[in-house]
Amino acid sequence: MTGPPGYLDTASAEPLHPAARETLLAALERGYADPRRLHGAGRDARLLLDNARAVVAECLGARPDEVGFTASGSEAVHRGLLGLLAAGSGGGIVHSAVEHSSVLHAAQWHASPAHVSVAVDSAARVDLDAMSTAARRPGVGVVALQAANQEVGTRQPVDDLDLPDDLPLFVDAAAAIGRMPLPTRWSALAGSAHKWGGPSGVGVLVVRRSTRWTTPFPGDDGLDHLGASVPAALAAAAALQAVLAEREETAARQHRQVDRIRACAAALPDTEVVGDPVERLPHLVTFSCLYISGDELVTGLDRRGFAVASGSACTASTLEPSHVLAAMGALTHGNVRVSLRRDTTDDEVERFCTAVTELVTDIRSGIGL
Amino acid sequence: MSEPSVELDCRGIPCPRPVIELAKALPTVEVGELLAVVSDDPAARHDVPAWCRMRGQEYVGEDSTADGLPRYVVKRLT
Repeated sequence: MTGPPGYLDTASAEPLHPAARETLLAALERGYADPRRLHGAGRDARLLLDNARAVVAECLGARPDEVGFTASGSEAVHRGLLGLLAAGSGGGIVHSAVEHSSVLHAAQWHASPAHVSVAVDSAARVDLDAMSTAARRPGVGVVALQAANQEVGTRQPVDDLDLPDDLPLFVDAAAAIGRMPLPTRWSALAGSAHKWGGPSGVGVLVVRRSTRWTTPFPGDDGLDHLGASVPAALAAAAALQAVLAEREETAARQHRQVDRIRACAAALPDTEVVGDPVERLPHLVTFSCLYISGDELVTGLDRRGFAVASGSACTASTLEPSHVLAAMGALTHGNVRVSLRRDTTDDEVERFCTAVTELVTDIRSGIGL
Repeated sequence: MSEPSVELDCRGIPCPRPVIELAKALPTVEVGELLAVVSDDPAARHDVPAWCRMRGQEYVGEDSTADGLPRYVVKRLT
């Protein structure tokens, strides 16, 4: 089975992996009960959930009892990050300026004068020295740094970060899981299954046993959110296992295909490709075209059969442009984010390059510049 | 900063239009002269400096109009 041709927005949601589909259909028959119950159906659901937990743990280099399932990636971020603060003495969050909105929202919700947003360079890479210095300021309770950026693909040097021994590090790995080797040093890590080909509605939260964490919200003090779907968790685990088995091959192909799109975009007049050209996610590329609005590009490409995302303000739910592009000093209008499926073909990439070149030329010709 | 030779009023007009107007107006000022654009679109704060960088012009800075709207000032270099 192949994915829908032209769908190039897997950084928002990857189509369901065939392994996840099979597992989900089988688990729907068996995983309906409440896994906390002591009857047979409950034990069955518990067995499936524990199986999912064991698989995800192995895939992420963790122990099964360090893994919890939540109802979304954002919920995993909120529970993980705020739970580290709740277990300590509260305090501020030191985070990069280009974290996912779920991290920024958690910081806004947990107001603290000790929060610090650390600047990034023009490639969106965080200033490690500034982050390390900020982490040593009084009142800081946790540091949050993503494994890779969700909008421009740049990998963050998480393992090179110099932090005080007792300060917990939260890593949002949602954009990176299944795509690249993960950072190894973290206290808690979060991910989102539909970004690796699992079903939507499954987040993963991993908290090291040596880390102090407590639920920041009403409810039991476990890592799992009780609304998490057992069949979906199992399908997410199956997808992750399948994706990791083919990761290096997929990543090598996607890296090459993205290089082709980067070259095509860079050849367009008044267009800049943003994000690190090498230290990046394999499947994702972002570029901005002067004098064009993001929604003209997204709808124009949609008419030509391609689905892409944009960080431009006119395509967002707010009037503010992407905080990631703004923090990098990149052009925020005319922005397009392309993220490849695991089965995107070279031919599809060529057709995309042709379509985007024609579209940009067409729109520009009507501006009168 | 000295007063710009040309000021474009783009209030109420979303990006990229203020940047397009800036590009169109650039040839109307001499090299070395200042050109300003008034814009209440928050994207202009990022996009005017980015346009300068991409088009080889100098971004001079931001000030405000008499009625308090952001105004972005550019110096023509080429």
